[in-house]
Amino acid sequence: MERRRCIELIYPELEDKVVVTIMGACAQELYDLGHRESFFYLQHAMGLASSIGLGIALHRPEERVVVLDGDGSVLMNLGTFATIARYAPSNLVHVVFDNGSLLSTGGFETHTTSGLTDLAGIARAAGIAHVAHTDDEMTFGEAMIEAFERDGPSVVVARVKAVGPDHYGMDLHLPENAFRFARYLSDRRQS
Amino acid sequence: MTVSYENSKAVYEGIRAAGIRSVSALPETWLGLLLQRIGDDPEMRLVQVTKEEEAVGVAAGAHFAGEPHLMLMQNHGFLAAINGIVSLAQLYHVPLCMLIAVRGHFGEPYPWHTRGGNVTEEVLRALDIPFERARDPARVARQIREGYTLSRSSLWPTALLLTRDLMEDYP
Repeated sequence: MERRRCIELIYPELEDKVVVTIMGACAQELYDLGHRESFFYLQHAMGLASSIGLGIALHRPEERVVVLDGDGSVLMNLGTFATIARYAPSNLVHVVFDNGSLLSTGGFETHTTSGLTDLAGIARAAGIAHVAHTDDEMTFGEAMIEAFERDGPSVVVARVKAVGPDHYGMDLHLPENAFRFARYLSDRRQS
Repeated sequence: MTVSYENSKAVYEGIRAAGIRSVSALPETWLGLLLQRIGDDPEMRLVQVTKEEEAVGVAAGAHFAGEPHLMLMQNHGFLAAINGIVSLAQLYHVPLCMLIAVRGHFGEPYPWHTRGGNVTEEVLRALDIPFERARDPARVARQIREGYTLSRSSLWPTALLLTRDLMEDYP
C-alpha cells in the first residue's frame, strides 16, 4: 500500500474537515491533489502535528480534525497518544502512515522498520479506545469511514511503502499557510 | 519553602482578567496552587501535556482555532520546548504567551535547578523572545495581559518569568 493512494482515497472526504499534516512527502502528496484553505502543512517541528490537531479539536468541537502523521514524527512525541487519550476529543482522527523510514531525510530506518515496535499497540496502551492497524487499501478505507463517523478520537495506523513524490515544493509560504488556515477557521465560526 | 497561596491566586486572577480561558501546562511545584485553581474553574480548560514541546503544538492549535491561550511551564520545560518554539511558532508566526516558573536563581536551594537558572534569560535573548520578570503581585495581572497582548500583535512568543519573590512566601 502506498501513502499517496491512501491520501487519494480519503481526499474527497477531507473537503469539510480540518487537516494538519507532517512535513515532506505526506504534505506534498496532499498538496499535489489540490490545496484547500483547511489544510495546514507542518513543514518542521516534527512530532507536533497531532498536538496542533488536538489543540484545534478541543477548541472547535464542531469541526472534524484529521491529522496525517508519520512514524518518524510520532516517535518524536509518543506522549501525544497519552494526551489525546486523556482529553479524548470526539472529533479527532489521527492517521499515522508507518513507512518504517525517515524518507524525507534520506530514508534511514526508524524503530518501526523491523516490525518490532508497534505504533497501534502504543496508541492502544496509551488509552485510545479506537485504534486500527491497516496494511491494505480496503481495510484502510473502512477504518477511515468508521473513524469519520465515530464519536471519539481514533488512531489509524497505515503500514505503507517507503516511497514518496519525485518533487517537492509548494506555491505557499509557510506563514501564509498559517494565516490563511487561521482565517479559514475564523470564517467558519462566523458563518 | 512554601508556595505563595495569595500570589498564586493573583496570577490566576491575572490570567482570567486577560480574557484567557485555555491553558496548557506541565505541572511543577511553584505552579501547583495555580494549576489547582485553573483545574477547579469550570470556565477554564486545562490541557496537561507530557512534555513542554507538546504544549507548543496545543497552543498553535488553540491559536488557529481562535481561542486565547496561555502556556505554563518551568524554565527547564522551556528549554525542552525550544525546537517547537523555533520551528513552529517562530517559523509560522504563531503567537505564544508563556508563563515560566524560573527556578535556579538567587536563593535556589536545589542544585539540580542551578544550571537551567543560569542560562534561561540568555536563551530567551538568543531566541529574540521578549520577556519580563514578575516579582510584584500588584503588577503581575498587568504583566500577563501585556505579555499576551504583545504576543498577539507581534505574532511571536513572549515570556513572563515567575520569580521566587512572587511564587514563594518569604519565611
